Amino acid sequence: MENWSWLMDESASTYGPAIDRLYLVILIITGIVFFATELTLIWFVFKYRHREGRKAEYIHGNMRAEVVWTAIPAVIVLAIALASRGVWAQVKDPQNMPANALPVLVVASQFEWNVTYPGPDGQLRTADDFSVRNRLDVPVDRPTHVILQAEDVIHSLFLPDFRVKQDAVPGMDTTVWFQPTRTGEFVIACAELCGIGHTRMRGTLTVHSAADYQTWINEQVQP
Amino acid sequence: MSTTAMAARHETAAEHHHELGFIRTYIFSTDHKMIAKQFLLASLFFLLVGGILAAGVRWQLGFPGRPIPLIGGLFSDTTAPGGIVLPEFYNAMVTMHATFMIFFAIMPLLVGVWGNYLIPLQIGAPDMAFPRLNMFSFWVSVPAGIIMLAGFFVEGGHAGAGWTAYAPLSTNPEYSGVRMGQVLWLVSLIILGFSSLTGAVNYITTVLNMRAPGMTWFRMPLPVWALFITSWLVLLAIPILTGGLIMLLFDQTIGTGFFAPATDGEPLLWQHVFWYFGHPEVYILILPAMGLVSEVISNRSRKPIFGYHSMVLAIIAIAFLGWIVWGHHMFQSGMNPLLGTTFMITTIIIAVPSSIKVFNWLGTLWRGDLHFDTPMLHAIAFVSMFIIGGLSGMFMASAPVDIFLHDTYYIVAHIHYVLFGGSLFGIFAGITYWFPKMFGRMFSPRLGKVHFWLTFVSYNLVFFPMHNLGLKGHMRRIYDPNQYEFLQPLQPLNTFITISAFVLIAGQLIFAFAFFWSMYKGKEAPQNPWKANTLEWTAAPTPPPHDNFPGGTPVVYRGPYEYSSPESTDDFLPQDVPPDRVLRPEIPREPSPLPTGD
Amino acid sequence: MTTHTPALQANMMVPDSTFEPGMQVYTMKLGMWVFLLSEVMFFTSLIGSYIILRFAHPDHFAQPGVVLNVPLTAFNTFFLICSSVTMVKAFAAIQHGDQRWLKLWLLATILIGSMFVGIQVVEYNALAHEGFVPGAAEYSAVGREAFKAGLAETAPVVGGPLYGATFYTMTGFHGVHVTIGVICLIFVLIRALRGHYIQLDHRGVELIGLYWHFVDLVWIILFTIVYLI
Repeated sequence: MENWSWLMDESASTYGPAIDRLYLVILIITGIVFFATELTLIWFVFKYRHREGRKAEYIHGNMRAEVVWTAIPAVIVLAIALASRGVWAQVKDPQNMPANALPVLVVASQFEWNVTYPGPDGQLRTADDFSVRNRLDVPVDRPTHVILQAEDVIHSLFLPDFRVKQDAVPGMDTTVWFQPTRTGEFVIACAELCGIGHTRMRGTLTVHSAADYQTWINEQVQP
Repeated sequence: MSTTAMAARHETAAEHHHELGFIRTYIFSTDHKMIAKQFLLASLFFLLVGGILAAGVRWQLGFPGRPIPLIGGLFSDTTAPGGIVLPEFYNAMVTMHATFMIFFAIMPLLVGVWGNYLIPLQIGAPDMAFPRLNMFSFWVSVPAGIIMLAGFFVEGGHAGAGWTAYAPLSTNPEYSGVRMGQVLWLVSLIILGFSSLTGAVNYITTVLNMRAPGMTWFRMPLPVWALFITSWLVLLAIPILTGGLIMLLFDQTIGTGFFAPATDGEPLLWQHVFWYFGHPEVYILILPAMGLVSEVISNRSRKPIFGYHSMVLAIIAIAFLGWIVWGHHMFQSGMNPLLGTTFMITTIIIAVPSSIKVFNWLGTLWRGDLHFDTPMLHAIAFVSMFIIGGLSGMFMASAPVDIFLHDTYYIVAHIHYVLFGGSLFGIFAGITYWFPKMFGRMFSPRLGKVHFWLTFVSYNLVFFPMHNLGLKGHMRRIYDPNQYEFLQPLQPLNTFITISAFVLIAGQLIFAFAFFWSMYKGKEAPQNPWKANTLEWTAAPTPPPHDNFPGGTPVVYRGPYEYSSPESTDDFLPQDVPPDRVLRPEIPREPSPLPTGD
Repeated sequence: MTTHTPALQANMMVPDSTFEPGMQVYTMKLGMWVFLLSEVMFFTSLIGSYIILRFAHPDHFAQPGVVLNVPLTAFNTFFLICSSVTMVKAFAAIQHGDQRWLKLWLLATILIGSMFVGIQVVEYNALAHEGFVPGAAEYSAVGREAFKAGLAETAPVVGGPLYGATFYTMTGFHGVHVTIGVICLIFVLIRALRGHYIQLDHRGVELIGLYWHFVDLVWIILFTIVYLI
């Protein structure tokens, strides 16, 4: 199978590596626990299998063991939680959203993505806004702030390469931001079952260089 | 049947002044053991239904757009014309696979079967506190099951909004194309709630008030503890779901707008109500299996369960913590991120009591005298698969990592490692262990082991690769992944999983065959084939008669896990043997009064 | 006592138990308490949703008394509380072995309970007539004053559809519970008429009493948070 690898593909956003690093840290911790426990299990299964003349040991437990294997996992999991808090805040805390982010309005509906750009005045919901379907165009190395809405049912904006996932809920605005680190074409998918056409709610996210982005904007504004 | 057991049976039959006819014995029985068997047969049937639906889902993913072989022509034009699955039918199969498995297979297999069968027997009671309510509890689930099956045959097809039925997709036929199917889904689950609820009332009351003398709280076998705590979860969580389902039903039928944005309803309210039930629900689906596995591991290791008190506390801790983690299903829902942080912390804490249990199972095996009968194979598989399922949960517990993993196949992998690798192996352990008690015959050891190995291997081949699919961004509930270029390279993996799944599902036919074959042709079981300590084996004949204990209510002198005790020459020491009757090492060994089998 | 099976012994009013000391309460009563806990969760689900929706969209909910008939319902509430009193009197009667007053007080409870449901049905009818309905599309409540002044067509709609949806769901399911309670009370009365209850064993009366008091308590909460606030 081509392109097969153990881990996720390399990310293309600024906070992507932080998320991937967190995944890796958890993988290492759980990996160690996995091998330790499973190998112990296999070892016990072989070592203590029934043999004539050998009796099991009559022991009900060990309080010290209980304390140790309660305390150590507790410390480990809390460490994971604390490490995660930082990354979570970085991505989701509204106060951490970059101030100079380009606003874009994405409206999810059955079964397409309607994307509205603010136009030359840089303000959404003004006369010079323009809309495109099923594509999102953003400049590299600049943050984009997506205001996400849904027209009918719950959808979810999934940009796998950017580690972006945010539900679009009808009746409320949700928000997500990201900053691409390289140019190229990437996928937009819907990650919340939204009906019969859920499978075909795909789009293309194009990350342009600064110059190309300006060109693209100009092309949209002056057809 | 051994002569002693037959004699005991005749004694009891003579005591019964009235002969119960066929209907009162097999159809409308108030005997908890018969009700347990009714739940067993019904839920094994629904396990099959759920499995077939899984096969349908996997067919589309493994061989997208290709006609279903052999039976493809049987499908209607609204489901799979020419045998090619339509997207709406795919969504219905995904929804109904989960619905049937969770509500009609796993829950009744764990709580309906084992709650009913084991609780009175293991605590020394003649039956449940409310036998007629118990009968009602089973029979009310039958119309629920029929209604749920009927949904496949109505206009618009069956519910296709996922077993989680998120609004507004689930409330508005304009969006889903489904109306009657969703209504039937809702009505069925509302009715089924009464089955669960009345069962829980029975189990809780029975354990609280009907333990035999000497059966103090910390002498109860772990299955009883697990089922008791689970019953509290059922009692308190199911009514929450019922309230939510009623509101959803009203949105669908009388036009209320609880969850409809058009009328200022809140879609997220449905998610909160559903998951407030939904998270305790998943602990309902695992805790009893943990109890069964503890019993089997201790017995087949001939060793006391390691850390009995810790095991009880862990069950209680898991049940308690399970109420405050529900938001981790909603990390990406648009919920306030601060709430996300809170739920992340509570969620990650729940890993601790779960890992305590794993360590205690390992501690039980340590320096044990391990016998690898079929139940023990399943129990050990449970531990090793639960380790994987639990560890995979750590990733999604981290809210930022969940950004990437949510609604991908990584979640599907996690779910199935705990529900199949966990719950279902636990169920198989329970069925093969207590089969002789229920039916008087041993479950075929050979067929049992063939089934186990085939299941264990193919199951891992199905679900482990799903972690990889998820990491590559493969979404859930997606009819045609090949629409996406980034998913096309994963098609061979999907096909591999599908083929493994067919092997897995076919392998269960071995279990079905072994089950019925053993019932009639299995080796006759002695009273206590596993040389167990618990009352169902030591004080009740195999199988037990009405009122369970022909010798009267047993008296309990010790805990349930006194295996390999230095007090006794045997490697087991039943709970109800008085101290002065224990076969001590210094006393020359007399032949055991009851055949213990070998 | 020795003629009773062990299961029955756990269930005697004064358990002569051959079992481990349980909750020191006879089994059926324990069962009723456990069941009532589940009912608490059921109403929590509905009432909790109402509270959340109300905080999220206060404009959907009218000021007290504008749409709902507070005086009539206050009277109905008093009535229901009276029925709890009559229920207590019935239980007290059989505790003293008084068969006659057991039946009379049970009858009183049934009558008052039935009247409560009846008045609620009448109220529902009036409200629906005035445009206060559960369905969002048909919601057109203008308030009692405006309706009485004949301004049903022209006056502005008071509140919004969530008001109707939550009101009818909560009070409706409460009404269902009262109705079931009345039916059970009738069964208990029939048994009482047959002399089934004695001073030493009147469990059924206590059980229905527990259920009835619970239903009353839920109503007091509902009345407060739906009608008065």
